Amino acid sequence: CGIISRGYSLEEEEKVEDGMWEETFKSHTDSKPNGPSAVSLDFSLPGVEHVYGIPEHADTLKLKTTDSGDPYRLYNLDVFQYELYNPMALYGSVPVMLAHNAQRTTGIFWLNAAETWVDISSNTAGKTVFGKMLDYVQGSSETPQTDVRWISESGIIDVFLMLGPTPREVFSQYASLTGTQAFPPLASLGYHQCRWNYNDQEDVRAVDAGFDEHDIPYDFIWLDIEHTDGKRYFTWDPHKFASPKEMLQGLMDKKRKMVAIVDPHIKVDTNYKIHNEIRSRGFYIKNKDGADYEGWCWPGSAGYPDFTRPDMRAWWAGQFAYDQYEGSMENLYTWNDMNEPSVFNGPEVTMHKDALHGSWEHRDVHNLYGFYVQMATAQGLIERSGGVERPFVLTRAFFAGSQRLGAVWTGDNAAEWDHLKISIPMCLSLGLVGISFCGADVGGFFKSPSSELLVRWYQTGAYQPFFRAHAHLDTPRREPWLFGPENTALIREAVRQRYTFLPYWYQLFYHAYQTGEPVMRPLWVEYPQDPATFALDDEFLLGRDLLVHPVTEEGARGVTAYLPGKDEVWFDIHTFQKHNGVQNLYIPVTMSSIPVFQRGGSIIPRKLRVRRSSACMEDDPYTLYVALDNRRTAEGELYIDDGHTFNFEKREFILRKFSFTNNVLSSVNLEPDAQFTTKSWVERIIILGASKPSKITLRTSDDQENQLEFDFDASMSVLTIRKPGMNVGADWTVTLQ
Amino acid sequence: MIMFGHFVLLLALFGGAMTVEVLRPRGVPLSKRQFYEENKPFTCLDGTRTIPFDRINDDYCDCPDGSDEPGTAACPNGNFHCTNAGFRPGFIPSSRVNDGICDCCDTTDEYNSGADCQNTCRELGRKEKEELQKIAEIAKEGFMLKKQLIQEAKQGLEEKKSKLGDVQNSKKDLEANVEALRTVKETAEKPEKEAKERHLKAWEEQKAAIRMEKDKARTAEVFLELDDDSDGFVSVAELQSHPELDPDSDGSFTEAEAQGLLGGVDQVDTVAFETVWNNIKEKYVSESNADVPPPGETPQEETQDTTSDNDSENYPDEDIPEEEDNDDEEDDEDDDMDDGDYKAPPTMRTDEKKDEDDEGPMPPYDQETQALIDAAQKARDEFNEAEKSLREVEDQIRNLEKEISFDFGPSSEFAYLYSQCYELTTSEYVYRLCPFNKVSQKPKFGGSETSLGMWGKWAGPEDNIYSVMKYEHGTGCWQGPNRSTTVKLTCGKETIVTSTSEPSRCEYLMEFTSPAICQDPSSIDSGHPDHEEL
Repeated sequence: CGIISRGYSLEEEEKVEDGMWEETFKSHTDSKPNGPSAVSLDFSLPGVEHVYGIPEHADTLKLKTTDSGDPYRLYNLDVFQYELYNPMALYGSVPVMLAHNAQRTTGIFWLNAAETWVDISSNTAGKTVFGKMLDYVQGSSETPQTDVRWISESGIIDVFLMLGPTPREVFSQYASLTGTQAFPPLASLGYHQCRWNYNDQEDVRAVDAGFDEHDIPYDFIWLDIEHTDGKRYFTWDPHKFASPKEMLQGLMDKKRKMVAIVDPHIKVDTNYKIHNEIRSRGFYIKNKDGADYEGWCWPGSAGYPDFTRPDMRAWWAGQFAYDQYEGSMENLYTWNDMNEPSVFNGPEVTMHKDALHGSWEHRDVHNLYGFYVQMATAQGLIERSGGVERPFVLTRAFFAGSQRLGAVWTGDNAAEWDHLKISIPMCLSLGLVGISFCGADVGGFFKSPSSELLVRWYQTGAYQPFFRAHAHLDTPRREPWLFGPENTALIREAVRQRYTFLPYWYQLFYHAYQTGEPVMRPLWVEYPQDPATFALDDEFLLGRDLLVHPVTEEGARGVTAYLPGKDEVWFDIHTFQKHNGVQNLYIPVTMSSIPVFQRGGSIIPRKLRVRRSSACMEDDPYTLYVALDNRRTAEGELYIDDGHTFNFEKREFILRKFSFTNNVLSSVNLEPDAQFTTKSWVERIIILGASKPSKITLRTSDDQENQLEFDFDASMSVLTIRKPGMNVGADWTVTLQ
Repeated sequence: MIMFGHFVLLLALFGGAMTVEVLRPRGVPLSKRQFYEENKPFTCLDGTRTIPFDRINDDYCDCPDGSDEPGTAACPNGNFHCTNAGFRPGFIPSSRVNDGICDCCDTTDEYNSGADCQNTCRELGRKEKEELQKIAEIAKEGFMLKKQLIQEAKQGLEEKKSKLGDVQNSKKDLEANVEALRTVKETAEKPEKEAKERHLKAWEEQKAAIRMEKDKARTAEVFLELDDDSDGFVSVAELQSHPELDPDSDGSFTEAEAQGLLGGVDQVDTVAFETVWNNIKEKYVSESNADVPPPGETPQEETQDTTSDNDSENYPDEDIPEEEDNDDEEDDEDDDMDDGDYKAPPTMRTDEKKDEDDEGPMPPYDQETQALIDAAQKARDEFNEAEKSLREVEDQIRNLEKEISFDFGPSSEFAYLYSQCYELTTSEYVYRLCPFNKVSQKPKFGGSETSLGMWGKWAGPEDNIYSVMKYEHGTGCWQGPNRSTTVKLTCGKETIVTSTSEPSRCEYLMEFTSPAICQDPSSIDSGHPDHEEL
């Protein structure tokens, strides 16, 4: 890094230094035909001690000052076994930073796709709380201030300031610039089973059957690079995957789906149609001398299509058509890996900066490459269905705006407790800059997890947006049932909890799609005036209403969760025990514990009939969890559509608002002009923090009144209303007397 | 909300002879029918609570154990019973009721999902029957073969035991023979050694005489060369004309230094020069070939070459290690035995190699010595031959003992697999299973063989330990464990490898059929585990 950063400083006089006009890094040479360049700007943030964002780094949620080390680096790289708590560059880059104090939240969007470094310094860094108090008492305190320096290797200064002042407004302001989270197919919010690699069709069949045998739901099974014919994407290994449609049909019969990998490096092979077409159309990135750029990747020598070209992306999208991509079917989705791009024999395992995208150098657009790969792929999945079906594409590299295109995962992590812990701040940081659909490889990619770590990771992943288990080729198998009946049961329970909350996840993603607000969010976003929340990154919120503090310590006997909100109450979702806000709550845990709390004042619709995949649960009835706040009120929303098409854009959906006030629970239509019908009904209403009524009456829109049966658990103040039975899409009121 | 009929009419056929109508709630097996009495309050099967009868299968879960909803998906922990007339009855999790996927072959799980299910029970029943018949036939024939194998193994064992006895007897004879021949050999070697030493000593003496002659001639030659003025003396000045003789090699060969070399005098005659020559011959460069180094002063590289030549040409033991690779034990013994015989003469020859050119090769042994050598050699050959035979017999005994004591199953039915190999060719590899020895994998289109494990142990479950073989400690995997293979045995008429796979990295699974694993068909439960619904 030291070599590369040399010559960037703007303060340098016109002194020629090594590396200004041509520099070498290890055996690589950057010809720098345009000579040395850099753009930089300093920002001062008076009154700010907490800054967040600028993913992707394996670091804490609250960004650290960089005075004593390297700056945070944004340069999409395929990093082998990345280090934690380190500002080194990883697979993706979003040059967006949020600054927060109790009064105001603001944001800086530094729109530049070249290699970028961010230096952070603070005049309060290193001061103890006592020191700060002393400053305050003595009145000699200077205002806390954070200073941020952005430096990019090329391009122009193009900066957007999001002025807030609330976190929600910053999200909305940023969304107006780069868009909101793509609304994913419902099934993609279920559980994903991946491994490098499921060996052949029989293996896929056996793993699929294993989930049924052990009664664990899943929606997607994944195929990594070995499924292809010699790492030629869009093809299948003729021996191991001889009849992909048969395999996909088998999954479809169980209402399940598959993801197959399509990477952007294209094998240089004149017998490979994709290569020949890209070459003959001149779509490959060129080297500095104008020939097709060639690098080394999984297939050996490979070309890299220039995804910055709209005509290239259009052509690529066309390759996903059912008649082009042989063996594909509508339940086959796509995974873009290695799109930093990864070049095994390139500088820092990526592309030479002097490679050419038309007249642009790769250095100018590097951090955008993966974004465009995912864009073209998502477009392909949309087009193959005639624009009807929502795509699902997972990407490893990303940039500002990637949220519009699908899901992101945190790359090649490892089966270590610290990697489990870091998955929380990594996804929180991504959520703050718009990318909500984030997850880490459950179990850890490299190495082999202990059964305890694996169980804890399932329990954590079940409450993170993208929930996929994955493992390296060289690790022993780790399907959920391979660790003894006890662990199988623990994993089954974690996955089942995920499925019961799918209606809530779906509603949160619809909301993220509408507003740009993160699905998984730090506590400070909801409690912006409570400094105790500002640096928390071992717990998080899903929407406003679920607080999750996963167990991420080996051998843990308990965790301490901070429950925020002066007037809030929080209900343990398992025991229904009520806790007051603004406290550090010690929760004893066993191996089955996943500490999760529902906020008093919220209504969360769940589906408790967990089946083998999300599609099997489509028509199932709902249970409404009504958690009352101190004023004995609560509200929540429910969003329903067909789960997989763009028809919601044609207003084919249901959006209900549930509210409980004055002992009346009512459901009203938030979008009266939207049209959708569902077979789902309300099978149960559970009111937490309730008192015992004498009578409960259901009134439906046709003015029918029915008396409802109920159970009341006085010890926990839980009221369970038995089988009200009304359609969940209808207007109704339930009155407690 | 959807309401369901609480009861369904289930028709069951008993052997086609009579028809019985059994009325019970959907999803309840006959065996639990008595708990669901029509129009009487129902007590959850776990006893936790009692509910009105109309709450059974009303699509709401009242019982913690799920027993009130045997026919719906309402309870997360419930089970649905499929009658599956014509096939096997069974339970499925309640979550599979009306999920749009046909699970029960009689389609009863999808009564309200709109799934287009076909009743496949009869077809499945027929197939299963055929399958069971086929298995039974295979088992029957396989078991016949197995009995034969057991018989053969028994015979084989007897034969081996008797052979072991025979071989052990012959071993005694051979041992006696070896001892006898050893005495003969040693007796013959003693006169051989003495004769050879005599011969060598004579040769040494002869060589010394020749060397002395030569040295004398050389001294005279050099004297003449140095004695430039031919006055019969070599003077200080004459010596100084040979700067290479400078004792301190400092570039100046002084008079005093030359005088020193001449023994403190100004000149020496031929007789005195003999002593001087001994001092200077290492450095002296002949005037006739001044640019060619004298034989005594070979440059460094050449010295090394010579040394290495000596090693490879003259040490016959240099070749022995190669043979050792083939059979360690034999050659180790050879070495010990041969040391005195073969190694000494060549070593001597080496020491005097540079003289050989001068003095010529050692003259052949005289007739008498040669006769002694030939006699000793014959004794050695006979002795070696006898020892070899003994070792072979010992190997044979070891192998027989190993085979006799090997665990080839309760009746030695797996003995026939010993020292056999079975191959399976896939699209990429040729897999080779050599039972009780090793498993390997070789690329079909060239490339070296990879060990997938050496025989480890029988590794089946406790009640069927001979159903699985484990091969361990194969070639190591990069960043991973050593390769290992699990071989699953199933009953079959033929002995073949039917499939191989690598379910986990470097952990292989092989399916292997053999009659030896076939069970006595009469001891197997014939037929279905659960007849209640038929």
